[in-house]
Amino acid sequence: MFWQQLVNGLTLGSTYSLVALGYTLIMGVLNIINMAHGEIFMIGAFVGLYLVTYFEVNIFVAMAGAMVTSALLGCLMETVALRPLRRKAVSHLAPLISTIGVAIFLESLALNLFGPQSQAFPTELAAVQMQLGPIRISLVQIIILGMSFGLMFVLRFWLSKTRVGKAIRTTAENIETANLLGINTNKIIFLTVALASGLGGIAGVLVGLSFNAVEPTMGLSMGLKGLAVLILGGMGNITGAMLGGLILGIAEVFTVAYGASSYRDAVAFGMIILILFIRPQGLFGKRQGGRF
Amino acid sequence: MTNINLSIIKHKHNKDGVFVTMKKGFIKKWVTGLTIGALLLTTAGCGGGGTAPAANNDSKGEAAKIGVIAYLTGGGAAYGTAIKEGLDLAKDEINAQGKVQIELIYTDSRGEKTEAINAANKLINKDNVVGIIGPTLSGEMFAAGPIANQAGVPIMGTSTTAEGIPALGDFVFRNALPEFLAVPQAVEKAISTYDLKKVAVMYSNNNDWAVSGYKTIESTLKKNGVEIIATETFADKDTDYSAQLTKIASLKPDAVMVSSLYQEAALVLKKAREIGITVPFVGTNGFNSPELIKIAGPAADGAIVASPWFPGKADEKVQKFIADYKAKYNNKVPDQFAAQAYDALYLYASALEQAGTTTDRQKLRDAIATIKDFQGVTGKFAFDENREPVMNATVLIIKDGQFTELK
Repeated sequence: MFWQQLVNGLTLGSTYSLVALGYTLIMGVLNIINMAHGEIFMIGAFVGLYLVTYFEVNIFVAMAGAMVTSALLGCLMETVALRPLRRKAVSHLAPLISTIGVAIFLESLALNLFGPQSQAFPTELAAVQMQLGPIRISLVQIIILGMSFGLMFVLRFWLSKTRVGKAIRTTAENIETANLLGINTNKIIFLTVALASGLGGIAGVLVGLSFNAVEPTMGLSMGLKGLAVLILGGMGNITGAMLGGLILGIAEVFTVAYGASSYRDAVAFGMIILILFIRPQGLFGKRQGGRF
Repeated sequence: MTNINLSIIKHKHNKDGVFVTMKKGFIKKWVTGLTIGALLLTTAGCGGGGTAPAANNDSKGEAAKIGVIAYLTGGGAAYGTAIKEGLDLAKDEINAQGKVQIELIYTDSRGEKTEAINAANKLINKDNVVGIIGPTLSGEMFAAGPIANQAGVPIMGTSTTAEGIPALGDFVFRNALPEFLAVPQAVEKAISTYDLKKVAVMYSNNNDWAVSGYKTIESTLKKNGVEIIATETFADKDTDYSAQLTKIASLKPDAVMVSSLYQEAALVLKKAREIGITVPFVGTNGFNSPELIKIAGPAADGAIVASPWFPGKADEKVQKFIADYKAKYNNKVPDQFAAQAYDALYLYASALEQAGTTTDRQKLRDAIATIKDFQGVTGKFAFDENREPVMNATVLIIKDGQFTELK
């Protein structure tokens, strides 16, 4: 049972990591918490679901579609709700509040467009199962694990090695300096928001696939978990978001497996508080400067 | 220069300070005044609302206003939608018969207690309804029931099955078969049919009604000497059940009993079948929805539930109801929630007729309390002295995506 529960924990945890990555990117570059990320994730799940159900496309095509839609949505949010606030000298809380507005708007929109019912992906995908020694793993779980780890490593490599990645990191370090160095920071911010939202869209499809429940309010609970992981891993740290998500997922599953299921969230979040006592800056957060 | 400037600023500050405090005092007084005024106005409004119906008592021509509090949006929206459809069908029939005229005023509680309270207050004070149907969930009834009771407005739950609902007060009724009567029937039938020795139990621990259902399951199992090898919980709106079910699978139970709403139940079933748990699942009232089959698909096969409503019943009244419902709603077969809502409005109609009023809440309440030998689509029905329903249930099992009688 241990190995099976470990796989369950890793699958759950990697979905948390994927959601947290979106928060982390925006936190790292813009220094704000994007409260609408959970809802963008939800829209991504619905786009994926509709592509699979009504256009009968391959699941990877559906993920691409969800990613593009979510990225566009992210850009729209940046143009409408974030950029106008950045130009003026407004309170730090203003962008946070405006993203909450975007979140509520998206949720209401989804309620009207898709209805309040929870919907599921076709079952053929979940039905494919494999027995590997003591573990029984479904194709969906393999896709989730593969996609999340793949995306995380690509993202890390891209940020540290490519020119655009370096530009993003510079912008994250200090927007004014980046501007002086000739980086088009507006473009970089646009790119970051699009990337974060696109990742959210993919995460939406993966979560929808594994839990078989896509509904307009799914963004909230997942968003909260993502936020917890963001803080656990260290604000704006990608390795932290990856490992933080896995830790939270495994902690939750093992609490159920070897403790009592009623304490699932209590133990998981209690552990986060404990870790933050010892490392207030999060697992991988540095005390000063240097993000990603 | 600087000195003078400073002193001026200081002075200004002081002045401002005084002014501000004065202003605050004024504002405070104004606010209190306004609040008292507003309170007087609202109480006056309430008083007017309370006395107005008594004044034009026995105005038979007018339609009786009945408020409905239902879970119309959110995860349990299928319940609310079914209830609304059942009520609308009953209303059309009753108004066509012409003995009483009924007007329904819908409010959406979204499955939340605070919303249910707001809805009850609005229906009672603003819309001035003579009676209320709903709310959908037992937890909501525990919140809204006392409000209606205090205001002296009859309130009838059509799907509130937790223990202790009519105990909320003399004005609180239900025509939903309570869990403590229905669940033991399903559990005992499953024990005898499948010769159960050890079972696992799962329930949603943040839902009053599901916890009440769990307690009933637990006591029934104990009474029958069946061993409970695992008790696992989850929360409403959870989506990941792999940890609980992996644990249960490793213990190899003869059956799993689940107390939750349909959405969670469907996801539990789906995941359980996926990881290889093939034993029967016994559920509480949450299993009583076609949505369960719709979401879980083939995984729903083998789910057992006791229901006061069975569409397969060879009863003329039942079959006519199904035919009318199908005709009105796009060939949809009514579920238990639609059937009980349909019966509830007929209960109200017969009580209104008997009471001979469309506005007197007290008379209506007394008429409902005396209902006996009512023949509805969910069978023969009466209220006992504690305003609990007296009715029978049928134990059903899902086979090939259909509810069939478990024999």
